[in-house]
Amino acid sequence: MPAAIELRGVVKAFDGIRALDGLTADIEAGRLTGLVGPDGAGKTTLLRIMAALMAPDAGSVTVAGHAAATAAARIHSIVGYMPQRFGLYEDLAVGENLGLYAALRGVDTEAAEGTFAELLRFTGLAPFTGRLAGHLSGGMKQKLGLACALLGRPEILLLDEPSVGVDPVSRRELWALVRELAAEGLAVVWSTAYLDEAEQCDSVLLLNEGRLAHAGEPRGLTRQIAGRSLRIAGVESGRRRLLAEAVDLPSVGDGVIQGANVRLVMSAEADTREVQALAARHGGRLEPVEPRFEDAFIDLLGGGPGRSTLAAGMRPVELDVASAVECRHLTRRFGDFLATDDVTFEVRKGEVFGLLGPNGAGKSTTFRMLCGLLEPSSGEARVAGHDLRRAPGDAKLRLGYMAQKFSLYGLLSVRQNLEFFSGVYGLSGREQRERIAEMIEVFDLGRYLAVSPDKLPLGYKQRLALACALMHRPPVLFLDEPTSGVDPITRREFWSHINGLVQKGVTVLVTTHFMDEAEYCDRVALMYRARVIALDSPDALKASVASEELPEPTMEDAFVRLVELADRAHAERSAA
Amino acid sequence: MSVPAPATASAGHLRRLLALTRKEVLQIARDPSALLIAFVLPLVLLVLYANAVSLDAKEVRIGVVLESDGAAAHELAAAFAATRYFSVTPARDRREVVPSLLAGELRGFVVIPQDFARRLASPSGPLVQVVTDGSQPNTASFVAGYAQGVVSGWLAARGDTAPPVASFEPRYWFNPELESRRFLVPGAIAIIMAMIGTLLTALVVAREWERGTMEAIMSTPASALEILVAKLVPYFVLGLVATFVCALLSIAVFDVPLRGSWLALGTLSAAFLVPALGQGLLISAASRNQFVAAQLALLSGFLPAFLLSGALFEIDSMPAPIRAITLVVAARYFVASLQSVFLAGDVWSQFLPNMLAMLAIGLVFFALASLRTRKTLD
Repeated sequence: MPAAIELRGVVKAFDGIRALDGLTADIEAGRLTGLVGPDGAGKTTLLRIMAALMAPDAGSVTVAGHAAATAAARIHSIVGYMPQRFGLYEDLAVGENLGLYAALRGVDTEAAEGTFAELLRFTGLAPFTGRLAGHLSGGMKQKLGLACALLGRPEILLLDEPSVGVDPVSRRELWALVRELAAEGLAVVWSTAYLDEAEQCDSVLLLNEGRLAHAGEPRGLTRQIAGRSLRIAGVESGRRRLLAEAVDLPSVGDGVIQGANVRLVMSAEADTREVQALAARHGGRLEPVEPRFEDAFIDLLGGGPGRSTLAAGMRPVELDVASAVECRHLTRRFGDFLATDDVTFEVRKGEVFGLLGPNGAGKSTTFRMLCGLLEPSSGEARVAGHDLRRAPGDAKLRLGYMAQKFSLYGLLSVRQNLEFFSGVYGLSGREQRERIAEMIEVFDLGRYLAVSPDKLPLGYKQRLALACALMHRPPVLFLDEPTSGVDPITRREFWSHINGLVQKGVTVLVTTHFMDEAEYCDRVALMYRARVIALDSPDALKASVASEELPEPTMEDAFVRLVELADRAHAERSAA
Repeated sequence: MSVPAPATASAGHLRRLLALTRKEVLQIARDPSALLIAFVLPLVLLVLYANAVSLDAKEVRIGVVLESDGAAAHELAAAFAATRYFSVTPARDRREVVPSLLAGELRGFVVIPQDFARRLASPSGPLVQVVTDGSQPNTASFVAGYAQGVVSGWLAARGDTAPPVASFEPRYWFNPELESRRFLVPGAIAIIMAMIGTLLTALVVAREWERGTMEAIMSTPASALEILVAKLVPYFVLGLVATFVCALLSIAVFDVPLRGSWLALGTLSAAFLVPALGQGLLISAASRNQFVAAQLALLSGFLPAFLLSGALFEIDSMPAPIRAITLVVAARYFVASLQSVFLAGDVWSQFLPNMLAMLAIGLVFFALASLRTRKTLD
């Protein structure tokens, strides 16, 4: 049987840069194929080419036996494609979107009703047919997108990062739906930046810089690094310093913080003597662990970014109060809607504090109130000792804020952005010039000063955004989803900068829906339905849901379980 | 899970077209901004054109310098003060009014000279002197003409002068009251239609690109032609409805007569919507961003319809090169026809060539748009 999709030497260039550079691969029917790779590796381009929405510059693509170059119309009728951005009409109801796509995909009118009922049941959207698609949650939107892509019985399903912006619970549901479809014989391509998803695929295509770095079962890749994954457990304090020292060692390829542990991947053919000594020096013990796909992925792409030397040159910041951020009974209403409900927590000086939760749980609202961007309906909040109600200006001068989309000005050069943001924070004259010079040196921005931020590589864009947020030497740094849509390597690089900053005394408050990022935090507040449902260190949260079936739960397991418990408690309260 | 197989491809075209059209109608109905552009904006523009923009000269401020003290001179001065075309500032010396003229407070002045009685008795030279502000040529010639008229009228009323051998009496056809709103309102309708047709179409296609919905639609069997035609049909209807609303309003509220037939009005509007929508489509094919699309639509649709269509400025008084440019502005054919249908009647001998011209321009837009529009993300 021929492959569902055959790619032969596919080349595609944009403005002279090759997004795909001679790609040859087969995608089989009845299997879930993961399309994995860092940002800009060419994943979306490849999916668009397979959906016959783009023509390759060279090479050939055959989809279910049809040449993409000549039979685009035929391919459109047998391929279900879900673009990365929600492609359905937000101003149409769920049922209206389904009706439109049923007509476009030529679903038999008489059978349509039955098909809708089945798809709605399958995706759990049945109670929401009359709701506008724009009013659905992120997870429900993706399920609707999937339902629309499935109309007309496609033989091939192409999904472009379907799990981005979807909370872990919905992500698991979506995954289960797609698994079922693959089991029925569809060829499914699932592109993702989540490496734990890639690990569960039947096979993966790992793209890097437009080339195929690995094709086949994910286990084949992890097997290549068998025996090289270790962790240093039982380090009470100073795990950030330990990590920084570990990734400095030539024998260590990559390292991340996992709760109280530091997880390391050794370089190829390195021995563990150096790491043994390091663990002993910090009073920890070295244990071998199962290699993960992520370990192999980073190894294949040349290892982690190493230690960030950036913050080394920065002057330590001072904070004269014990709690960097404090909020009590913080409540915010939007009309009838309760966005945050009686939120109380304290962030200690020098801590990395994570605010974790599904979309719409109230993370961003809490965050905005703490940054002084939004007035609370009731309750109080203090940043660096300043009451946000009474002295919002003082509080704002003591905090740095980095927005999700890096609010940088594309029409200004890097230097002009630095000048602008320092001006906004009230710096002028010699002080301003010195501070800008310091940031340029600390973040190594010298060679990009005349370039627009839009043209910077992602890693440098992050550095610039950080520099702009740190210009006024704030002791407290707020990061709002700083690594959303960012590939694992750039993400590691970002966290290495943050680790460096923390060592200089900066307190960090971060919102995220990346579970592995929560592991970097000292403490995590889990928000759900406008309330904080759990607040503890990552390890304690994981331990709280450990059971016999699941002795070593991941952060995601803990998240899913705690949300379930909260739902059950909520149901009991409503029933009572 | 099982999903039924698709129906035959040939039956699919109409069904897809209908489904896409239905979607477009639902979106228009739910999108306040489309209805705002289609109905509220025309109302605002129409009210503005009808009331704020006026080419009529009324109560033009002039000075009347009375150098003579004779009874006749006083009578003539009173005649100037009595006419509603002028608002008179009386003076005894021209030095009093010159500064006001320089400052732009007066548009001109009339001097009734010291020897007015003698000039009246032996009419050999001019009776009075009229000085006008040449920096505003239209008003200047208006002041000169009407001052002349006032003097002749006064003379005639005195009855002591033999009537001139030849005199001319102006007669204005079609718009006897010479009210500019009668001629501006049909022009305003054309401008509004150009806005709706071009701006809305350009915006909605760009919006699909911006929101990412185009990518999902393009991955289905729907063809580029189906997607675009389904967009045009609802906006064509919306444009026609807006025209009728504007026309009703013009007739009922602004006293513009409709001397032609509603059928002619409808046919002309339909013909004009072809180039207007075609232009919108061409813009949307060139731009995938709503901001750029709006700018292009305003520059290439609204401004020519405003300046070069004859809606506000007469084409005949434009320099030859500009006149040549107006030949490719579809709105000019529409404005001319609209003015006829409102003020003159059904002049099919004028409408037919104008409609042909509009359709031809529309055809060029559609051809260019279909060349540029491909069902691809490249």
